[in-house]
Amino acid sequence: MEEQFPIIKVMDDEGKLVDPDVQIDSELVKKLYYHMTRIRLFDRKAISLQRQGRIGTYPPYEGQEAAQVGSVMALNGGDWVFPTYRDHGATLTFGADMVRTFLYWNGRAEGCVPPEGKNIFPAAVPIATQIPHAVGTAWAEKRKGTDHVALVYFGDGATSEGDFHEGLNFASVFQTPTVFFNQNNRYAISVPVEKQMHSKTIAQKGLAYDIPSVRVDGNDVLAVYEETQKAVKRARQGEGPTLIEAVTWRTGAHTTADDPTKYRPEAQGESVVHPLDRLERLMKNENLWDEAWINQVQLELENEVEVAVEAMENYPKANPEDLFDHVFETLPEQLDEQKQSYLDLIGRG
Amino acid sequence: MMDIKMEDQKTQTKTTQSLTMVQAINDALKTMLEQDETTILLGEDIGKNGGVFRATEGLQEQFGEDRVIDTPLSESGIVGTSIGLAVNGFKPVCEMQFMGFIYPAYDQIMTHASRLRMKTMGHYSVPMVIRAPYGAGIRAPEIHSDSMESIFTHMPGVKVVCPATPKDAKGLLIAAIEDPDPVIFMEPMRSYRAQREEVPTEKYQLPIGKGEKIKEGDDVTIITWGAMLSVAKQAAEQAESQGIGCDVLDLKTLYPLDRNLIAESVQKTGRAVIVHEAHQTGGLSQDILSVINDTSFLYLRAPIERVTGFDVPVPFFALEDHYLPTAKRVLSSIEKAVHF
Repeated sequence: MEEQFPIIKVMDDEGKLVDPDVQIDSELVKKLYYHMTRIRLFDRKAISLQRQGRIGTYPPYEGQEAAQVGSVMALNGGDWVFPTYRDHGATLTFGADMVRTFLYWNGRAEGCVPPEGKNIFPAAVPIATQIPHAVGTAWAEKRKGTDHVALVYFGDGATSEGDFHEGLNFASVFQTPTVFFNQNNRYAISVPVEKQMHSKTIAQKGLAYDIPSVRVDGNDVLAVYEETQKAVKRARQGEGPTLIEAVTWRTGAHTTADDPTKYRPEAQGESVVHPLDRLERLMKNENLWDEAWINQVQLELENEVEVAVEAMENYPKANPEDLFDHVFETLPEQLDEQKQSYLDLIGRG
Repeated sequence: MMDIKMEDQKTQTKTTQSLTMVQAINDALKTMLEQDETTILLGEDIGKNGGVFRATEGLQEQFGEDRVIDTPLSESGIVGTSIGLAVNGFKPVCEMQFMGFIYPAYDQIMTHASRLRMKTMGHYSVPMVIRAPYGAGIRAPEIHSDSMESIFTHMPGVKVVCPATPKDAKGLLIAAIEDPDPVIFMEPMRSYRAQREEVPTEKYQLPIGKGEKIKEGDDVTIITWGAMLSVAKQAAEQAESQGIGCDVLDLKTLYPLDRNLIAESVQKTGRAVIVHEAHQTGGLSQDILSVINDTSFLYLRAPIERVTGFDVPVPFFALEDHYLPTAKRVLSSIEKAVHF
């Protein structure tokens, strides 16, 4: 199966092009670098805020920046993104608001509200349950006759869940424009992918559903971008779903609440070159590394993150009314009574 | 003006038809498919086969495979993809073949359909109906006879509706499809063909959250819904022959409950017998008890009686008549309440 689904690369670990004749779009490379840097800064800041008790438990995505940025950049404005809790790098790149993304990790529902016109689903916390949603939403686009697609993120562990298989089967039967984007970061919390499945690849699971599938180096942002673009193009043209397995590596813990040294051998992952380092090597090899621009980007993004943290921390307090007001479009009488009596008790009636 | 009104009345009188409940459900679905192009039906065997109970008979033929969709055998897939369709402009009406087969979809209903509106502060909502034939009494195989309304009435963010008659079934199903939030629509399968009723052919809605007093009496209130309504009515008639007058309430909606209907009646009679076929512990009767406690405590003249299914899994059908509440059990509870 590894032969049938070879890991597709555009660049190697040294940032050298696998095919030296390939043309690099320098503007694209700069954009990818910009977003990967931006989401890394967000991620590191979030961990630091959690350590200081300024936000809640946080699941870092460091190491998966190429997989998230490369895939989501292949989408257009009217497309749909279905993230998991570890995919805020992708949603930020797609246009989610950074202040609201911090708010989400500070326990605020405001963090699930996308900017107007951006089709971003709230992060799925249960595993794989968002996959059928992405299929249904893509199906709706197909029924409406648009060329919009839905891209859904999920991890290696999710492929053991029923909803992964039910979602793939529906997408296959109804030929929905769905891109199944798997980030195989090799661990589902503490369980390695070798214990998750006996199959050698995740991509091969698409075979059972006759869904074109591909395995890509998830730390090679250009390869991720290219393969996702192909899948998106197929979907837009009415050629149905694609399964992409992006083989990557979660540098840190599952969340700020666990210690990966307990379950991952120390040496494992040492040989993995960080996707941003790889991109930097490529940029240097291709003479795209402009120190002044890099420094400017760094400063600009650090500032953006600081400003967002400040806005998050100064955000108006959560309203107790919001506990009740959005459960139904119209509050049932008995729920309204619960609301009024509680608000009276806390002096807000 | 006069003329138009008379004309209306004329068509009104002409346009009812005698239907069973399952035909009335079919008529409601047909009405919505005709009048609202965003309404689509999804389920197992609902197309060519017309559903195992024929609730969707003829609809695929009339509206096409694209709107009356035979799905893979995949309850979580049906509800999960319907959430995506509902968020993106459609009104999916999903059929669970039997309520006992809804459990694989429980996760999708509980973790997503019920709370998507709240967690996005109203940005996304799930206008979806999940139809589920429920209940025992038709000698069905194992697992086909569950009535698990209370797992859904306990679930914030969904409404639970359960009609007992053909006319109510049509009006409530249309209301459920037009509701902006997810609705679990329970259909008492033993009542599917039990009676015929004149049902308007036009589109009409009955309000979700409103029950109805079916029978008037002064001595005891019988509170029930769905397939148990006929059992309750039977018991009430027997009680009347002994000179005990019964108010019989059909709740029709199980969440949100029609508390005023319950309170008004119990305050009049001072006695209540709650009848449901679901298991007793954790059953909806406890919420109804709470409504009475909250609204009518000082009016009570006897402890509230409950006649329910037992706290056992719904048995194989050889024993289902012993599991189900009967008129005899209900009557015995009525007598107990009155002679307390």
